[in-house]
Amino acid sequence: MSTFDDPFDADRELTRSGCICGGHRSADEHDHAERALRCEPVLPAEGEEKRYEAVVASAVMRAVFPSDIARRAFLKSVGAGAAFAALSQFFPLKTATEAFAEAGPPEKKDLKVGFIPITCATPIIMAAPLGFYAKQGLNVDVVKTAGWAVIRDKTINKEYDASHMLAPMPIAISLGLGANAIPFAVPAIENINGQGITLAMKHKDRRDPKDWKGMKLAIPFDYSMHNYLLRYYLAEHGLDPDTDVQLRSVPPPEMVANLRADNIDGFLAPDNVCQRAVYDGVGFLHILSKEIWDGHPCCSFAASKEFITTSPNSFAALTRAIVDATSYASKAENRKQIAEAIAPANYINAPVTVLEQVLTGTYADGLGGVKTDAKRVDFDPFPWQSFAVWMLTQMKRWGQIKGDVDYKAVAEQVYLATDTARVMTEMGLAPPAASYKSFSVMGKSFDPAKPDDYLASFKIRKSS
Amino acid sequence: MSLRLRAAIVSIALLAAFLGIWHLATRSTGATANMSPEYARLMGLTATQGKSAMPGPADVGAKLWEHLKRPFYDNGPNDKGLGIQLAYSIARVGTGYLIAVIVAIPLGFLIGMSPLISRAIDPFIQVLKPISPLAWMPLALYTIKDSSISAIFVIFICSVWPMLLNTAFGVASVRKEWINVARTLEVGTLRRAFTVILPAAAPTILTGMRISIGIAWLVIVAAEMLVGGTGIGYFVWNEWNNLSITNVIIAILLIGIVGMLLDQILARVTRMVTFPE
Repeated sequence: MSTFDDPFDADRELTRSGCICGGHRSADEHDHAERALRCEPVLPAEGEEKRYEAVVASAVMRAVFPSDIARRAFLKSVGAGAAFAALSQFFPLKTATEAFAEAGPPEKKDLKVGFIPITCATPIIMAAPLGFYAKQGLNVDVVKTAGWAVIRDKTINKEYDASHMLAPMPIAISLGLGANAIPFAVPAIENINGQGITLAMKHKDRRDPKDWKGMKLAIPFDYSMHNYLLRYYLAEHGLDPDTDVQLRSVPPPEMVANLRADNIDGFLAPDNVCQRAVYDGVGFLHILSKEIWDGHPCCSFAASKEFITTSPNSFAALTRAIVDATSYASKAENRKQIAEAIAPANYINAPVTVLEQVLTGTYADGLGGVKTDAKRVDFDPFPWQSFAVWMLTQMKRWGQIKGDVDYKAVAEQVYLATDTARVMTEMGLAPPAASYKSFSVMGKSFDPAKPDDYLASFKIRKSS
Repeated sequence: MSLRLRAAIVSIALLAAFLGIWHLATRSTGATANMSPEYARLMGLTATQGKSAMPGPADVGAKLWEHLKRPFYDNGPNDKGLGIQLAYSIARVGTGYLIAVIVAIPLGFLIGMSPLISRAIDPFIQVLKPISPLAWMPLALYTIKDSSISAIFVIFICSVWPMLLNTAFGVASVRKEWINVARTLEVGTLRRAFTVILPAAAPTILTGMRISIGIAWLVIVAAEMLVGGTGIGYFVWNEWNNLSITNVIIAILLIGIVGMLLDQILARVTRMVTFPE
């Protein structure tokens, strides 16, 4: 069931114990919470209000019956319905719930959030037409932006209060790579998976990366997961991405046009661009990025530390809206509606068919086949600090960071796992108990506690 | 038949030929290779019907009519009608251009009237003039910290040079006899500048202004594509993002028409100040 306790269940304890992390009633529930982390429905068929109501009711019940035995005895004798009614009479649960959901009033209500028109930005974009910002009392303009460098500059210049950024960008900005060092923070990851390697049709018989020597491949930005994943993929197949192929930074909309014009041989790009190349018959999907690292982060929701400190309530409300939207987007049954909401010219501006294929995971592969993969793109807001550590190892591996770096300190400063966990708990979602986890990339496991060993284990890397 | 009428007929014939060739070149080649219907449903017309990636004249015409029917719609910050987008672009060009006029003409006078300043400033102008205005963009964004002001700055910097040089040239080449006459009549410097030099140099100055407005209009499209947000350049970028060549062609057409109108206005003004010698 849910991650919080139903206070009107006589068979449950309100004190928490019983699983390895100590946060759940039983090992089963802990497992469930792990699943809920991926934003699978926590309370199916129930809305956010119900979630808040239960959180508040739980607190009230605990206050009324400090002894858990007394509460259970009371519930057994009168029944949950009567208990709820009785409690509501002298304690206005509804009002308390509303007050709880609102938290502090936002310092700034009219906000501007920048985005790049790709499906990674789905939660940020859909939160506007589907009313997730409005629910938090915010009036948000989501503004389409021409490229990653522009979105970075506009956010730094405070034209935007917060922005859609590639997951490594806030780290790069905080470290002062490719820009002045300005502390940025990530309260939420947007999407996991959802990228792909697309090759021009003429390469449909060259599926082995070992044959890719001399190809011109495009990536959206230097500080992107796309860059690190493509380099990783090539290096695992024995190609040195700096000398054996040519990697070019190309803005996503130009990718399809360039592929058609034969200027590039392929790209590792964010979706709707990959599917668009297939849709227009100029390329095919070689692999999904999911096949390199299942569950990899891609884009993030980022804001400057300055905004967070000057408008903490606005920031908290934004985070709630994004987490809420992300959780909505993670549900397969909502994906069609989302595709329609974000397709118009005001948002992504792409054919609905293309967006639907990306979001529902039933797609044409460009070679005449129809494939289905429900996890082609998924949405999970939790900013794992181990993601940041991995990105730092790759930044070092490819010479973007020279010298030593304090992996943990940077990760913890930029990826606000603790704060997001608190917001998620308040919203009745189940955050993970830890903020580091190990994962495997192309079968090679990554231990966030030993980044230097991990880095040293790669044969192909930029010699420094 | 008058020459005018004959020219008009040739113009129309050329247009018809162009549209005809365009139409023939972009015909679809019919259904391509056998695809399963399930797969075809997920693909675009280019892939299934062999439709050319380039839209035909009929597509463009239909779309253009759609835009002209409602030029001022507003569907939120990223989707506005063509009329609104053009208004944004013209406002930006107007502001940047006006600032350039305010700076360039007095400075041009100074340079034209004083050989010393002319020589002193010349090297700077020579270096700054050939810089592509868009090269200023990152610098402007970084220092000004506001994208719409940066766009205006870029317009300013690109339209200031032709005006400055033409003003200086026009002022410097006012006939010596006229200035000497003014001097003998003991006309003060300021009065001399306004009543003798300005009317004499006006045609040259306006030629500079005409060149500038052309450049400014060229640059605004590129600048807006880079900065985004609003304007006809942003419209082009947004439609390119959707690979909608039809809309891009419409935008190109409109950019051409507006550019022509701006040029014609200044040509009119130039004719008004021109004098026979």
